[in-house]
Amino acid sequence: MTPVPEIIVKDLDMGYGDFVLMRDLNFTVHRGDIFIVMGGSGCGKSTLLKILVGLKEPSRGQVLYGDVSFWEIDPADREKMMRRFGILYQSGALWSSMTLAENVALPLEQYTNLEPKQIREIVSLKLSLVGLAGFEDFFPSEISGGMRKRAGLARAMALDPDILFFDEPSAGLDPVSAKMLDDLILELRESLGSTVVVVTHELASIFAIATNSVYLDVDSRTMTALGDPKTLRDESPNPNVHKFLTRGEEG
Amino acid sequence: MESQVQLKRLTEDTLSASLSGSWKLGDDLPTAEDFERQVDAEPGVRRISFDTTELTIWDSTLLIFLMAIYKFCTGKGIQLEAGGLPEGARRLLQLATAVPERAGARKEFKREPFFAMVGGSATSFYHSLVEMLDFLGQSTIALLRFLTGKASFRRSDLSLLLQESGAQALPIVSLISLLVGLILGFVGAIQLRLFGAEIFVADIVAIAMVRVMGAIMTGIIMAGRTGAAFAAQIGTMQVNEEIDAMKTLGVSPVEFLVLPRMVALIVMMPLLCVYADLMGILGGVIVGVGMLGLNPIEYLNRTQEALTLTTFGIGLFHSAVFGVLVAMAGCLRGMQCGRSASDVGYAATSAVVTSIISIIVATAIITFMCEVLGI
Repeated sequence: MTPVPEIIVKDLDMGYGDFVLMRDLNFTVHRGDIFIVMGGSGCGKSTLLKILVGLKEPSRGQVLYGDVSFWEIDPADREKMMRRFGILYQSGALWSSMTLAENVALPLEQYTNLEPKQIREIVSLKLSLVGLAGFEDFFPSEISGGMRKRAGLARAMALDPDILFFDEPSAGLDPVSAKMLDDLILELRESLGSTVVVVTHELASIFAIATNSVYLDVDSRTMTALGDPKTLRDESPNPNVHKFLTRGEEG
Repeated sequence: MESQVQLKRLTEDTLSASLSGSWKLGDDLPTAEDFERQVDAEPGVRRISFDTTELTIWDSTLLIFLMAIYKFCTGKGIQLEAGGLPEGARRLLQLATAVPERAGARKEFKREPFFAMVGGSATSFYHSLVEMLDFLGQSTIALLRFLTGKASFRRSDLSLLLQESGAQALPIVSLISLLVGLILGFVGAIQLRLFGAEIFVADIVAIAMVRVMGAIMTGIIMAGRTGAAFAAQIGTMQVNEEIDAMKTLGVSPVEFLVLPRMVALIVMMPLLCVYADLMGILGGVIVGVGMLGLNPIEYLNRTQEALTLTTFGIGLFHSAVFGVLVAMAGCLRGMQCGRSASDVGYAATSAVVTSIISIIVATAIITFMCEVLGI
């Protein structure tokens, strides 16, 4: 099967005001990829994610979904495209005044004409997929950080998105919970056939799940490597990339 | 043993510095400047070595001293031989000097020229004005969608907000407006007594309360109570990325968060205002009957004669306007909130300040308009 390009980033510059954070980003995410955006702290990984999902406009360049240029279309159309995305935020970003069930149900209520009973069933299904069956009536403040992230994932999957975005999925999780989340990501990709974009700097996760990756270098303010991180670790000529992927321990 | 450092010439170009005693925080220690002066006094020094056999105990103060010497010696081209230093101190010194200070990393605080500052504030004022108008437009659209039944928000949110900004505000509104009624009564009584026209206290209290004071007092109470709460709630949601999550899921934060709050205040403010009017008049009755010895029936009759439907309507109009202003200020500041805890505090403060200023300015404008229109 030839890979189908899902997201194409073309000559992208990003920054805040006059300050340029990264320039000349060019890469393609194919359908079914688990694509990792990696780099040291403060390199602009999360900003890139914001641009990809429609929260922040790039300073220059294009983001193409299929053949649609995401930032050049009408905002209303862009909003429609955003419904194809599921996003897991760093802190989960659950709506704190609503229970887990209400959190997952809200996107369904917004975009479907399902009966309340059907919505309840979907909500239970999504929550049990992330291992939170029975937690429907809990508020986000009543559960642990790891559970909050999983609940956030359940909400992100509510509308069966084509593309899932993860912002630092394993940040603040213990190794076992982080591993569980990684397994969940792999499982979801396998069973739903979604494309997954993950922003992270957790090496364990990177090697466990990635099929492709891009490295954003904070010193040169651009991407310095593209490819499977395992290959990059063994073969990348760039010392920074090599250092990052080996925790600076080898070579 | 006294902590000190002594210099001794070893060879032609080498000095030996013997450190002795205790080098700990709080000890009376020789300064690096003294040391540097001593080194300067010796001609032709190329190398300094250390002797620390007499050194009993040390902490970071020794390192600070050594760092100062290190900088001084590097500047003068003198070589430091760290060999004689305690093992731990040598390694820490190495660690501290391993990464040279990154050029340009230190923050510089430059005073901006006066005109740049004026220009900067002018453009930021312009931007905030545009932001405010944009927000105003979005909320108006949301309100229109609400009136046509198309807006999407949770009914349960609205009822909760109605309760929070309505029923739960009654105790404080009672207290404040009763006292304001009392104060108005007292102020009037003192003057009117001079003319033996005590009964007109009823007029003063009734007209002042119903026409404007009731609305202003509820407005200010709600600004401090509810406007600040709105800003803090929405601001915290901004910090937690909850607003981002709404945007990416296609849920409009303006419809979902701002609209119910605005509707709740627009509905509740006039009701609270009517209640405040009543409490104010009650305050007037307390003064009139309790202090001036007026007949309660007479007082109430007088009040009824003084009040017209127009006065009452103007009061209600005021309060509806204040409802919009307080809700808008609270929600706007919440939506503009930055991403840190202190930003939430700032948003709440700024919401209260904005509400109160806009309440006073609106009162002035409405009063002026009534004057021009003759009502």
